[in-house]
Amino acid sequence: MPDEPRETIDPRIDTPGREGLTGTAPASVYRPLHDVEQVTIAPDWSPMDQQPAWRRDFPIDWPQDHYVERRDFMKFLVLTSLAFTVGQFWIAGLNWLRRRRGQPEMRRVAAIDEIPPGTALSFSYPGEHDDCVLVRTGGDAFVAYGQKCTHLSCAVRPRVEQGVLECPCHQGSFDLASGRPTAGPPRRPLDLVRLEIMNRQIYATGIEARTS
Amino acid sequence: MTVIRPFTREQRTTVVYGMLAFVLILVVLQLWLLTSTMNAYLGDDESVIWPAAVASLACLLLNAGLLRYLYRIDRTRR
Repeated sequence: MPDEPRETIDPRIDTPGREGLTGTAPASVYRPLHDVEQVTIAPDWSPMDQQPAWRRDFPIDWPQDHYVERRDFMKFLVLTSLAFTVGQFWIAGLNWLRRRRGQPEMRRVAAIDEIPPGTALSFSYPGEHDDCVLVRTGGDAFVAYGQKCTHLSCAVRPRVEQGVLECPCHQGSFDLASGRPTAGPPRRPLDLVRLEIMNRQIYATGIEARTS
Repeated sequence: MTVIRPFTREQRTTVVYGMLAFVLILVVLQLWLLTSTMNAYLGDDESVIWPAAVASLACLLLNAGLLRYLYRIDRTRR
């Protein structure tokens, strides 16, 4: 900053402020009248008297603005970090509640004779809003899954002849025999409903969620 | 005698840039932890829930420590 106003110090030897200095006064003995950080700097770094009138009327110090923006962004990120941590403990709380609830009670779903081979039956288990699908794959072989797609919870539909359960929302597909994803966006298998057959009656005995 | 010289604005901006890079990495790590923990929870895998929560808390404490340092250098400005 070549045109910065400066205050000179008396260059004579042995004057106050020059104790110990000899010879020509070095540039460092000149103190600027203004603190560098108090000078407003425009975005193009040219002097303020070359700036348009509106900028002179409403001057924004560009380096200070940069600093404040980044400082505020960092505060926002730390707040986001707090939100993520709260989310982690929220999941831990949900898990604790789920463990406390334990496995759902056994419930009759249907009689074997109500479901011909190659067909499916919708039922609710364990709650009335937890839709599941029971499929008779052949003979006395049955499989049952939660009907919520593990991608975005659309209801999956059994295609018994193709051996899949398909999700119509995003063309997700699950293997009918295992419930594992075979195509589309889902990554986790469908929730498996454990079944038990007693006296030609089919009972749901529990739900098993899986990661792979 | 130790002379504590406050940071200039340029120095403070550089420090903030450095801290910002560090905090960004930690926040992305926390996001990854959160999504993978939710996936594990939905798949009935409980083994990662508490270790992930502790790791996320450690990241938060690091971030909070850096923010505290930022407030400190702000207080000592000229």
